[in-house]
Amino acid sequence: MHDVAHVDVARSQAEPSSDWSAQRKTPLSAITDEIARRLLLTALSRGGDAADLFFEYSDNASYSYEEEKVKTTSRGVTLGLGVRVLQGEATGYAYTEELTDEAMQHAARTAAQIAASGGKAPPVDIKWPPLPTFYSVPVPSMAAPPEDKLALLRRADRTARACDSRIVKVNAGLSEEWREIRLFTADGRAYRDVQPLVRFVVSVVAEQSGDGNKRQGGSSSGGGRYGMEYFDAHSPESHAQEAVRVALAMLDAKEAPAGEMEVVLAAGDSGILLHEAVGHGLEADFNRKKASNYADRVGQPVASSLCTVVDDGTLSGSRGSINVDDEGEPGQRNVLIENGVLRAYMQDALSARLMGTNPTGNGRRESFRVAPMPRMTNTYLLPGPHDPQEILASVKRGVYARRFSGGQVDIQSGDFVFSLTEGYLIEDGRVTAPLKGVQLIGNGPDVLTKVSMLGNDFVLSDGSWTCGKEGQSVPVGIGTPTVKIAAITVGGTKA
Amino acid sequence: MKAAGDVAGLPGSSDERSVREIAARVVEQAVKAGGQSAEVVVSRTSEMSVRVRAGEPELVHEAQSKHLGLRVFRDHRSSLTYTSDFSEAGLVQFIENAVSLCRLAEPDPLNELPGRDELLPKDAVLPDLHLWDDNALTIDAAAAIRLAKACEAAALSVSSALRAGHGSSYGRSVGVGAFACADESGVLFCGSNRGTYQSQSVEVLCDDTGGKKRSGSYWSGGRFVSQLLSPEAIGTEAGRRALRRLGAEKIATCELPIVFDPETARALLRTLAGVIAGGAIYRKASYLCGREGTVIASPLVNIVDDPLIDRAPGSRGFDGEGLPSRRNVVVQKGVLQTYLLDTYSARKLGRKSNGCAGRSGAGSPHVTTSNFIMEPGEISGEALVSEVSRGLYVTEMMGFGFNAVTGDFSRGAGGFLIVDGKLTQPVSEVTISANFDDLLKNIDGVGSDIDRRSSTMAPTVRVSKMMIAGK
Repeated sequence: MHDVAHVDVARSQAEPSSDWSAQRKTPLSAITDEIARRLLLTALSRGGDAADLFFEYSDNASYSYEEEKVKTTSRGVTLGLGVRVLQGEATGYAYTEELTDEAMQHAARTAAQIAASGGKAPPVDIKWPPLPTFYSVPVPSMAAPPEDKLALLRRADRTARACDSRIVKVNAGLSEEWREIRLFTADGRAYRDVQPLVRFVVSVVAEQSGDGNKRQGGSSSGGGRYGMEYFDAHSPESHAQEAVRVALAMLDAKEAPAGEMEVVLAAGDSGILLHEAVGHGLEADFNRKKASNYADRVGQPVASSLCTVVDDGTLSGSRGSINVDDEGEPGQRNVLIENGVLRAYMQDALSARLMGTNPTGNGRRESFRVAPMPRMTNTYLLPGPHDPQEILASVKRGVYARRFSGGQVDIQSGDFVFSLTEGYLIEDGRVTAPLKGVQLIGNGPDVLTKVSMLGNDFVLSDGSWTCGKEGQSVPVGIGTPTVKIAAITVGGTKA
Repeated sequence: MKAAGDVAGLPGSSDERSVREIAARVVEQAVKAGGQSAEVVVSRTSEMSVRVRAGEPELVHEAQSKHLGLRVFRDHRSSLTYTSDFSEAGLVQFIENAVSLCRLAEPDPLNELPGRDELLPKDAVLPDLHLWDDNALTIDAAAAIRLAKACEAAALSVSSALRAGHGSSYGRSVGVGAFACADESGVLFCGSNRGTYQSQSVEVLCDDTGGKKRSGSYWSGGRFVSQLLSPEAIGTEAGRRALRRLGAEKIATCELPIVFDPETARALLRTLAGVIAGGAIYRKASYLCGREGTVIASPLVNIVDDPLIDRAPGSRGFDGEGLPSRRNVVVQKGVLQTYLLDTYSARKLGRKSNGCAGRSGAGSPHVTTSNFIMEPGEISGEALVSEVSRGLYVTEMMGFGFNAVTGDFSRGAGGFLIVDGKLTQPVSEVTISANFDDLLKNIDGVGSDIDRRSSTMAPTVRVSKMMIAGK
């Protein structure tokens, strides 16, 4: 019943990459197979089940525009090697920011301390298996002249100011990353991937004098693994207009109702629901340790039969897409929940080995400074059978949730929240008064069983979502069709 | 297991000298390379952390890192750059790039180093705040594993219903840092500091109905090893916290008095810190714009930002722009005395900085609290609860539901229902909401039980009413 092709059309065609990124020389270019082999030998000198070397070069720039001026320009490079040695459930980890023989060997020796089962033979031969290409960026934004990016910020600023005289502050920012990783595993695999990322944000403050001197903020952001071509489809003007629209719409926001009621989540940003309600709870580490309330529930119903939830690292250009994860598994599309039944967890290599299954391409890390963990990529809900208008029309009194700023989950209990920044009252099937921002709170498996209607209008959010877990941040994507939840608690102030 | 890591490589007093020398050299070179003025932060940090789960080591993590962040000014244009490459050749290239990046910014007359009369003098004697503990280095990975094992074992011994959760961690960070600024006349100020910090935490689980797990965690931390609670005390508290959550459920939607425990009260204080920062004020991104000198909270509320407390986690001898550290009274008897300002936000508001700039390597200086403290009252936390006939005692909050521009505050919450002055059934999956302005003004009790573990310190706080959304 779910049309998988709806999402598949967004998939990229693999292309060979003979481009700017492929030719760029970085300090990582000097890391030969022989150097890697020697480091792996040291890492495994005391034994261990597995080891890997994670080299990272990350070139970052950001530009901010405020008060009609280019306010700050920033540029920095992060470079380093993380060495990991695994033995049983234990991880030894060390990193260095100096790629000298001495410093790298020291890191490998430090990580090796975790093991004590005697030496192991090093890999005989390092092979470079081919990788898929889910983000083909011939010219990353980093390679474009900075002046072009400043021009985008100016366009956003001018548009926002020209939209409405009540707009009193405009900030615009562009940040970009060009991340090269080189990965060597003790079983002799090596990978190089370049992961470009661009992010654009406009935020405004609207002020209305008289009548209590109301003020309200609004913002719009987007981006992904694109070059400057991102702005062909998502102009600075469109982000500026969206930020202004939200600020003005919410200027007159009324007190939101409090208590359980019907809620309709708009397509796109509402994917935050999945990320919090099921995504984190399906990360394998929590399930291996039986800390998640989804532990031991594979094969059981955990959601309404309307729900098919996918984590997909292969979407073309999306922020969470990865050609290869941070421990050597190619990006994959994994069905987590199929027609309401729990099918699989998101695995990294460690949890997969301990649970006797295969890694799923979800082993990600913030940087070379930390070991990978099971993490989401792009998590979305496949579209359903209902017309979005029909969904709204079915609600007598409830809340229409359009935009969110973020969410959080308590893995153990499954309780989660997500923060509404643009919402409206629904009265007799019609969207009426704007509501002040509130939290929606629910319990993961409980809320998903209450998904009573699902739209046929899937949208992948063009947001700039970042997922945090144990202090590590990674870029992710989210998406949903319009979703109706029969009952969820709305954290308003009005009884 | 043998201690890993090279103790000789840990930052010490000679490293403090060396980062100070690098800082001074880099700002001087930046001025020579074409900047009119420049400032730099340099740091070297050594970190060690271990985690034990179900009695076995799960992670041993050790590393040394270094960081240099440079800001160069030229014709009121500035650039911000950072690197971890301290080699001579690397730094020369880095400085050149930083100077040339200035051309992209647009001139802003306020974008300059602090006034020469505001900066600390070049050879200022900095206060010794006792932020370094030699004993920190005596805890190696093997010792840390022993402490973590003891802590988890203590937690699990509280009840047979408990099992391992995330495990028990011990972490230690040892660092040296330096700051320097210069103009065409030479180095204006160059200061350095060094500090230690260690913490220990544990989380355990118990199984509740419906597949739900209840976790209990607790932690202790401080600049001195001797400031930490014993592993046994930390573990016992975590075990108790997990068990008391069993059977937590939603309550009906209603308006009730709310008692925030010191940990959740700290989150309220963090929320306030964000909306009194100079940057939020001049950007009009705070509901407290134009409210200096007015009542923003109950008369019971007194708040200070004090960087000069001996051995405290947020203490600093100078601020992130080289200004002397000073104690600022922020709220006195409910009246907002001052915003927290760095140089740029102060100039935007036509003022002088009050020494609240913080500076991380990768970002511009911006307002950062030091030790941000709600001063304790005279009545115990238990007494504040005992006066409530029906209310909610909040021990956890979730989510980011705060609109800084309007002050609308709505967060997920968990805790215990208060009935006739006593904590009764555990509560979960509710939200608590109010406008933050009303919330602060409705504070009708401040406890004496201040929690000093982190740089934001709060006691128990009682609010006369908030809307609770539940069933």
